[in-house]
Amino acid sequence: MSQLSTRHLLGIKDLTPEDIHLILDTAANFKEVINRPIKKVPSLRDITIANVFFENSTRTRLSFELAEKRLSADVINFSSSNSSVKKGETLVDTVNNILSMKVDMVVMRHSSPGAPHFLSRNVSANIVNAGDGTHEHPTQALLDAYSMREKLGDLHGKKIAIIGDILHSRVALSNIFCLQKLGAEVMVCGPITLLPKHIASLGVKVELDVKKALEWCDVANVLRIQLERQQIKYFPSLREYSLYYGINKKLLQELDKEIVIMHPGPINRGVELSSDVADSEHSIILHQVENGVAVRMAVLYLLAGVKG
Amino acid sequence: MHKRLVLDQEQIGIILRRFCHQLIENHDNFENTVLLGLQPRGTILLDQLVPVLEEISGVKVLSGYLDATFHRDDFRRRDFPLKANETKIDFLVEGKKVILVDDVLYKGRSVRAAMDAMIAFGRPQKVELMVLVDRKLTRDYPIMPDYFGIRVNTLESQYVVVEWENQGQEKDAVWITEKVKS
Repeated sequence: MSQLSTRHLLGIKDLTPEDIHLILDTAANFKEVINRPIKKVPSLRDITIANVFFENSTRTRLSFELAEKRLSADVINFSSSNSSVKKGETLVDTVNNILSMKVDMVVMRHSSPGAPHFLSRNVSANIVNAGDGTHEHPTQALLDAYSMREKLGDLHGKKIAIIGDILHSRVALSNIFCLQKLGAEVMVCGPITLLPKHIASLGVKVELDVKKALEWCDVANVLRIQLERQQIKYFPSLREYSLYYGINKKLLQELDKEIVIMHPGPINRGVELSSDVADSEHSIILHQVENGVAVRMAVLYLLAGVKG
Repeated sequence: MHKRLVLDQEQIGIILRRFCHQLIENHDNFENTVLLGLQPRGTILLDQLVPVLEEISGVKVLSGYLDATFHRDDFRRRDFPLKANETKIDFLVEGKKVILVDDVLYKGRSVRAAMDAMIAFGRPQKVELMVLVDRKLTRDYPIMPDYFGIRVNTLESQYVVVEWENQGQEKDAVWITEKVKS
């Protein structure tokens, strides 16, 4: 099939394994496109896309904007900090106002889990979730899966450890759904206070010892400590966290195998990853960023491709 | 279903050798010439052609695959998007003579998209088009092949089907069939 089973990308949970394979295969074609001397294709030239960001973002917004421009879409950007949202406008009103300017797709980041789902029921445009609170970040999971597949081949049976602040991470949940749908085994690892209480019910292994997690896995996807979301103290100090859960060169050298290190960014150097690991040959962090553009091009292309 | 044979294996073999001689006549030692097979089916013809061409000419010929899916003009006009194929061009076409190779020339829209896609790899000096089957009378764009195997009169209600032995078909063959009415 060359068609997604959905007209919105709200979360990985709603996608079928076939959808994920289609997106990753299409992304491979777009990766070739963005490495050409002329990196642009005209596919979305009659499409207007609004990037609506109610929460801060650098990488994701730039990556989406670049993907949209590489596909020749018209792009408008909106961030809540300098908008009428501050004056009390509701989400649906804000988006409907944008849509009445003939916008076809909305890429939205919002601090409330489920905000894109709510929007998809109330407006006519295709909605792409660029992160909703601590819920899902589907394009990050897709680009992570793409980067892993590029490095390791088929992910079926591969062992992936997600290490760090699982409790506050939308990347963790989307990664778990995505990797499981691709047949990989998933483990989460972090301090007990940063692991959701019933996380094992998702069918993942739970490990508190980072050394054991590294010994088990083929890929370590290391997450950032999201201090901005932490209302209370989950661990005594960043130094202590780094001591017990930070990944450094010494830890990797003690392993009797090569593993791949990933991080969705932004990195807190010296906290969850030491610089010598982040910049080492084990790390594919910058490949993730490059692949992010290709994967987002694939998502936008496939969602927009349905007959208008 | 009614099915009419237009070219058989032997005729296709003769046409491939004719193509090679025509190309050698126009492109000499292929120093500045590249061949691009259009995905998905022009690449099969290209893969048949290149070894014969290299054998007859005695020189190595640069070739690649070009996919024009993202440049098509029917995006959002179909019920769902076409699945893209691999583009594999390990060289720039800047200043080169390019021969686009496809199996069937029908409306000319794929070739238009292909020329658009090709320009992402540079500005060619000259572009030529080679097709195995030229379906005249059905063109939407003013595009004509420089080299064709056979020219056929067909209706829009008909398909031209190209079969290749190395793709699992019985023999190399070109057929005209009627589209099934839904």
